[in-house]
Amino acid sequence: MLKIFKYSFFDLMRSRWSYVYFVFYLLIGFVLLFLNNDTSKAVITLMNIIVVLTPLIGTIFGVMYYYNSREFTELLLAQPLKRTTIFLGQYIGVSFSLSLSLVLGLGIPFVAYGVTQSTAIFDFISLLLVGVFLTFIFVALAFNIALSNENKIKGFGYAILLWLFLAVIYDGLFLISLVLFQEYPLDQFSLFATIFNPIDLSRIVILLKLDISALLGYTGAVFQKFFGTNIGIIASTIVLILWVLLPTFRIVVKAKKKDF
Amino acid sequence: MITIQNIYKKFGKVSVLKGLDLEINAGGIFAVLGPNGSGKTTLIKSILGMVIPDKGSITIQNKKILKTHLYRNNINYLPQIANFPANLTVTELLQMIKDIRIKEADEAALIEQFDLKPFLKQKLGNLSGGTRQKVNLVLTFMFDSELIILDEPTTGLDPISLIRLKEIIQQEKDNGKTILITSHIMSFVEEVADEVVFLLDGKIYFKGNITELKKQTNQSDLEHAIANILTTQHA
Amino acid sequence: MFKSTKKMNKNLTIITLLFTYLFRKIIRISKKKKIVFLCSVLLPVSVFTQQIEVCKTCPIKTVKEAIQNAAPHSTIKLKDGIYKEYDILIDKPVTILGSRKAIIDGNNKGYILKIVADSVTVKGITIKNVGRSYTSDYAAIYISKSKHFVLEEIKAENVLFGFLIEKSKKGLVKNNHIFSNAVVEAGSGNGIHLWHSDSVIIENNEVHNLRDGIYFEFVTNSKVINNSSHHNLRYGLHFMFSNNDEYHNNEFRDNGSGVAVMFSKNIAMTKNKFIYNWGTASYGLLLKEIYDAEIIDNTFQENTIGINIEGSTRINYKKNNFISNGWAIKIAGACYANKFNQNNFLHNSFDVSYNSKLNDNNFTNNYWSEYTGYDLDKNGVGDVPYRPVKLFSYIVNKTPETVVLLRSLFVDIINFSEKVSPAFTPDNLVDKQPLMRKIQ
Repeated sequence: MLKIFKYSFFDLMRSRWSYVYFVFYLLIGFVLLFLNNDTSKAVITLMNIIVVLTPLIGTIFGVMYYYNSREFTELLLAQPLKRTTIFLGQYIGVSFSLSLSLVLGLGIPFVAYGVTQSTAIFDFISLLLVGVFLTFIFVALAFNIALSNENKIKGFGYAILLWLFLAVIYDGLFLISLVLFQEYPLDQFSLFATIFNPIDLSRIVILLKLDISALLGYTGAVFQKFFGTNIGIIASTIVLILWVLLPTFRIVVKAKKKDF
Repeated sequence: MITIQNIYKKFGKVSVLKGLDLEINAGGIFAVLGPNGSGKTTLIKSILGMVIPDKGSITIQNKKILKTHLYRNNINYLPQIANFPANLTVTELLQMIKDIRIKEADEAALIEQFDLKPFLKQKLGNLSGGTRQKVNLVLTFMFDSELIILDEPTTGLDPISLIRLKEIIQQEKDNGKTILITSHIMSFVEEVADEVVFLLDGKIYFKGNITELKKQTNQSDLEHAIANILTTQHA
Repeated sequence: MFKSTKKMNKNLTIITLLFTYLFRKIIRISKKKKIVFLCSVLLPVSVFTQQIEVCKTCPIKTVKEAIQNAAPHSTIKLKDGIYKEYDILIDKPVTILGSRKAIIDGNNKGYILKIVADSVTVKGITIKNVGRSYTSDYAAIYISKSKHFVLEEIKAENVLFGFLIEKSKKGLVKNNHIFSNAVVEAGSGNGIHLWHSDSVIIENNEVHNLRDGIYFEFVTNSKVINNSSHHNLRYGLHFMFSNNDEYHNNEFRDNGSGVAVMFSKNIAMTKNKFIYNWGTASYGLLLKEIYDAEIIDNTFQENTIGINIEGSTRINYKKNNFISNGWAIKIAGACYANKFNQNNFLHNSFDVSYNSKLNDNNFTNNYWSEYTGYDLDKNGVGDVPYRPVKLFSYIVNKTPETVVLLRSLFVDIINFSEKVSPAFTPDNLVDKQPLMRKIQ
């Protein structure tokens, strides 16, 4: 698996798109800091970008990589390799190279502007961590979609739809149901609704470190108890890890049964 | 060498292989022929483990191979379409496959034979289709394996390279290898194959040497023999 | 010999009385001037008065004894040492002096000093271990119906109430440090507690870990200046039914809630800092039923709610900084004719939350960090009006649980659509002249 990972990673690290992605984050980082010169404020703006953008790039890149490397995958399949090895290697290769673009792209400007000496360092690190998590989650979901759809166009369509659903539509439905059922205790519902969407969960994890923690008091005890404590942070991290593991597990299962 | 027993494969509602049995002995060149959609590629991919049959068993050298992977270390496979990671160079690709195979490889002679030296440092994405097919051939023949599977090996090759390919195939046969070929170019098949396997409708329709096939169909060349089978069958 | 001293004492008393009389005249004349002036006049007086020294080896060993023996306007000097006494009644005008090492330890019983006379000064000493009670308001210093009291440079620790001042006038509370270890509201008291008092100056004190740092009820014409009130359970400063008061340059940090000002008129609040009052339903400043107040040059930073306003009218908010609060301003109930001008709103989750569709308040010339408009004519004022009330803040008001969707893409989208065509938020609640640059 390491070999496959290594070569997919080298392949991607040399692709134009990795550079574009890297340079994009580099620019965003510098522009934000140049405009604000305030690392904590920049962290909030970055959160908005990361929570929306890393899933989008992750899904599109994941689907694209899978379809583009189909023939090569077939070549690999004829080698004495387990299928699990091949697909996990590719999956980790894609996720890792995207994560590297993100971490370096944002890390360089922030380190240059002295985030290491500021109090925002932990917020910044958790921001990058969440970005990496989202990348891994959405590349895994993209691989799932691609593995289940031979048709490229269909695969792309589903991938975009998935992103749109989790990034926008889900929150819309969430908001509407909260408003409609406001007479009922909504704590548990909110908690579950948040956990079932990795984008929402990531957003909350970051906001807990920034500005939502005190505002959450208004939503009732259960929610605050869960997210307001260290247990909440640990639980959220576990859920994010599950969000990576479950789709990855499905990649393995699906790959074992698939015909090429 | 290879024993295939009663394999079935359906893609959705389409049955491609319907209880196919096939025995291939070690040594010699076997051509798998058949019209489009007859199941040639599915058969080959089943042997390679890329397609998982719904039913039946495949044994290679007395070992059941379904759901295992190490047996492939003894198979060289040339896929139909050569498409490699665009951003790796030829050397890196060769290195990678060598890495994966953990097996002695002898690519120097092959690179010489196919004039690939000038391309070694180039990215695969920048190579022409023919050159890529040559790289593909190098990848296939650089290992010393007992079973060699070639899926449409002639695609995109210039005449000189085609001659080289035939030489190599002959060489491998002389070394006692078992070679499985699919091709639409009948002249090529006629030239190299010792035995043909004709697939029709998911089953073996004919298995034997080319002269037998010609005799059976009363035709003087392979192309017409095949055409004869198809027209009489579908009449 | 004995007779002559007695005579001298009598003379001294007459002189002191004379001085006191003169002195009050002066005060009356210079009422507007600082009370510090009063102290400087007092000093030469005490030179003539009797001085009693108290220590373990002195003839007089306890504070109570000293007071019993003291003639009015005499000075009691506490030498360094621990005096285990409580319920010390001060019923004549005396001055008690000492260093921080002169400690009156109440042994957790009752009040420590009870001042019921005028013109009492306590300065420099340490008072600790006041009695604990759920029924009595035990205090380090209790002052009742007293005028011209001065409490200065006192350290009061482990108290129920710090200074409890009732029905008193014209006092000075300065440079004191009062603290305890309050855990629950019911079992704790306030640092500086004023009730039915007038013309008191509270300056440069530090009060922390109590219930309310400073408490005003029916207090008029008083000033709270330069104090630091922090880590108190309930409020940093609690203000009720108190008119014509001012507070300036105070810092209220990390209290249950910063400052509550309720049912009062003509209050001036300037240059105060309300910082990190962060927690469920916590706020920097609560205004409830307040009329005609000036709120100028204050800083509200990292509070759950910067200012929570209910039913307050004719208030002038000017040049305040609202930085990184959950809500900078939350307006509920009937608030009319308020003016918000030249304030800085920087990086708040919500700038203004407003619960009705009607608006009678004026927002102009503020700086909003979220403003994205342009200034083509370069006059420093944005050409596009700014709407400080977001649709999302309206939704959160209606259904608080929705706050979990803060900063999500969907919320940004609906906020944008509301910005383009307002349907739920007050149409006229706009800053028509938002500033392009922060006010320094």
